[in-house]
Amino acid sequence: MTFHPAVISLSAGSVLVSSMLLYSSWFGAGILRKWDIRSGSELQLSLERRTYLISTILSYAFGFQLISFFLFIFTTEHLHSLFTGAMCAAGTLNVNQYGYPTIMLKMINFILIGLWLVINYTDNKTFDYPLIKIKYSALLILTPFVLAETILQMAYFLGLRAEVITSCCGSLFSGGSDSVASEIASLPQRPLQIAFYAGMTATILSGIVFYRKIRGGVVFSVLSVSIFLISAASLISFITPYIYELPTHHCPFCVLQKEYSYIGYMHYIFLLGGVISGGGTGMLMPFRKIPSLRDIAPEIQKKLTLISLTCYILFTSLVTYQIVFSGLRIEGY
Amino acid sequence: MIELTDIRKVFNAGNPNEFVAIRGASLVIAQNRMTVFKGPSGSGKTTLLSLIGCMTRPTSGRITVSGREITSLPERFLTEIRRRTFGFVFQQFHLVKGITVLENVMLPAYPSGQRYLSLKEKAAGILHLFGLSAKMSSKVEWLSGGEAQRVSISRALINDPAVIIADEPTAHLDSKLSLELMEILGALKREGKTILIASHDPLVSESPFVDLVVSIRDGLLKEVEERK
Amino acid sequence: MSRIDKHRNILDFALSSLLRRKRKNIALVIIYTSLIFILASVIFFTEAIKKEACILLQNSPEMIVQKTMAGRHDLIPDDYIRSIESIRGVQSVRGRLWGYYYDPARGANYTLTVPEDFSHGTGYIAIGKGVSRTLEAGKGDLVPFRAYNGSYVSLEVADIMTAESEIISSDLVLLSEPDFREISGAPGGFFTDLSVRVRNAKELPVIANKIRRVLPDTRPILRDEIVRTYETIFDWRGGIVMVILMGAVFAFVILAWDKATGLSSEEKREIGILKGIGWETSDVLWLKFWEGTVLSLTSFFLGVILAYVHVFLASFILFEPVLKGWSVLYPEFRLVPFIDPFQIMTLFFLTVLPYSAATIVPSWRAATIDPDSVMRL
Repeated sequence: MTFHPAVISLSAGSVLVSSMLLYSSWFGAGILRKWDIRSGSELQLSLERRTYLISTILSYAFGFQLISFFLFIFTTEHLHSLFTGAMCAAGTLNVNQYGYPTIMLKMINFILIGLWLVINYTDNKTFDYPLIKIKYSALLILTPFVLAETILQMAYFLGLRAEVITSCCGSLFSGGSDSVASEIASLPQRPLQIAFYAGMTATILSGIVFYRKIRGGVVFSVLSVSIFLISAASLISFITPYIYELPTHHCPFCVLQKEYSYIGYMHYIFLLGGVISGGGTGMLMPFRKIPSLRDIAPEIQKKLTLISLTCYILFTSLVTYQIVFSGLRIEGY
Repeated sequence: MIELTDIRKVFNAGNPNEFVAIRGASLVIAQNRMTVFKGPSGSGKTTLLSLIGCMTRPTSGRITVSGREITSLPERFLTEIRRRTFGFVFQQFHLVKGITVLENVMLPAYPSGQRYLSLKEKAAGILHLFGLSAKMSSKVEWLSGGEAQRVSISRALINDPAVIIADEPTAHLDSKLSLELMEILGALKREGKTILIASHDPLVSESPFVDLVVSIRDGLLKEVEERK
Repeated sequence: MSRIDKHRNILDFALSSLLRRKRKNIALVIIYTSLIFILASVIFFTEAIKKEACILLQNSPEMIVQKTMAGRHDLIPDDYIRSIESIRGVQSVRGRLWGYYYDPARGANYTLTVPEDFSHGTGYIAIGKGVSRTLEAGKGDLVPFRAYNGSYVSLEVADIMTAESEIISSDLVLLSEPDFREISGAPGGFFTDLSVRVRNAKELPVIANKIRRVLPDTRPILRDEIVRTYETIFDWRGGIVMVILMGAVFAFVILAWDKATGLSSEEKREIGILKGIGWETSDVLWLKFWEGTVLSLTSFFLGVILAYVHVFLASFILFEPVLKGWSVLYPEFRLVPFIDPFQIMTLFFLTVLPYSAATIVPSWRAATIDPDSVMRL
């Protein structure tokens, strides 16, 4: 167990976010049972007041989760010197079996909380809280995810023992070994490049179509989620080698270091922004039928689409710039 | 304009200290008229004003404002309607201590997203109408009773509401200032506003500007008297 | 844009609200800032000294080989040098002579070292600033050393070292090989340990294993292991302090919560008025948010700046007794300033986060005051 201040703050922060969500779920369950918008009773009033609290708590949780995600990567990055074989965060995460699951879950939770906030925002825009039950049911599902993350993170930190020899990203993300990371890194580059650019173009086009005609929202949403996955794979497979100017270096974490101007953060922020707003658009589709949301939902969807398109366009431009102006030339295979 | 149908308001329902403030009131508030709600303390005048002014939701019954039913609107929409439609003058004036007269007048409009400078101009304009330009930068603690009353009204006017609601506005004023107040409210009525006053002060209910007097007792509307 | 204007207006009122309750808020800011100051000082110091140690250790040999006897460090014979030199991948091997010298008169420990080339020759020493201060000896002074056999060896101070990093040189006494052997009694043909240079750094673990096989009574130590050990120790020590300070954070959180919950009747009245004149619950929540943000940011910046000054310009002076311990030779040092976003983020997470979380529920309680209540005030 390392006593690094960051480890303490991450653990404390995680416990805090989990408690906040447990508290919210507790009240959420109460709201689910007793909510009745038509009643003017004091109970209803106090329930409506409660929803403000829960919205506020979840908004803070969202902010904390984002910082926690980056802080976690920063910390594992920082601790790499304590473990033989680790050259960056990738190695530190591999010290025990909880590292990678923790970070995956952190990212998933960030996305989930973002999506919840989209539903919340929509629900608050109209006068009869149409999505209230859906919202709080979703909260009850979200909470176990966050709890799981706290537990995994604890397990990870407690299991950090310096005697364990771990691997560097060079071996984790190379073609040789038997892991998922290595599968991704060794995907044939040309087809993936085509998939990435074609997929991105399709996503952007369908987004523009949706923005102007409010049609094809589901298509856009599905594309935006798929392109998120493809982009993540692309980062590992062919984008990062250009940034490192080293064909064998596929690590998605080394780009977060100072030597590369911390550009990795831009990658992550754009992609996460894109998938939350794109996914949010799709999520709102079934709610357009609700009478009070008939006009508002499409408006919100348009805003989300705009955000998603902006994020993905910026990501693609950034990444293309990095590839084109890199000192490396890879002949495709 | 504003219509109340069978309104009931119960406080602390289900508890031993349950209190029925309004028990079945139906009323139509006509536009551009001055209506006075007369009755002893505890009769429910304040609660009625509160209900009309969208400050609280009825336990049962319906309220419509400009044809739109607002009974079960959640607070955030209710507040927006209230801000746009109603201006309140409280019995104790309730000005915020420690900030200037000008800021007090601007305060109700802060959340509506208007530019600070244009708000300032507007507030200054209203204060000028009431002859308070000299006191704009004073702290409210230094105002006289009459000045505070006029600041209170100015504040109620910042959002251009259609309805002014005043709760016992003459309670802390002498006769001269009370008559002055009624003059001001009469002038506002002439400009097209609807005025609602709750008061047990005869200076108010006997005023020539009043169009309608509604008597309330024990949470029920007893008598409606049309003037003129 | 109206949303920006709305927040600008609310922020304006938030600032005026804070100023209207100066005593309470200034007290809070002072405590908040102090907390951040202490935590930041510990974090900055730990990181800076780790970095310092790393930089300094870069100059030490990649691998040191020690001979052990029954688990204890023993002198190493020079024919081991030849054995190691013959291993493939080894570039050069050098015997090192160094040790400790205890000065009973002043209760101080010095480190005696024979550097690779000692230009001053036999009879002279070069000393670090800390030694110079303790002995009150300057250039040209004679310093007597008590040898292993009770006799005295007097050596003249030829130079006082002014290393940029006084931490390392402070207690050093550099001398020639014959003088060292005379004082310590180390016989010719034996060294304290060996420093080994290899051609390819990646081969270090392999070569270390080979050395262990060829010379079973030796212990090769890699520099990276030392670096790691230092980092672990500093992290561990820093962490222990942080855990203790968590108590302070906890107390602060309770204070923040209490201050936020305990609205004076005047504050309650004000919020009642706001709700009455048309502010919505979310508007009041934003008001509380901006109040909290202003307090947090002010305290954070003040705390961080003060900590920076404290650690890097005043040499962590408040914690001096803890660091000094029983050491007589406490070096005067100026740490190289080193801050990165990681430290700031950690600090933020440790302080602003708990504070914000503590104020969520009290803010909400305040914001949900019934607008109707203003009619009955």
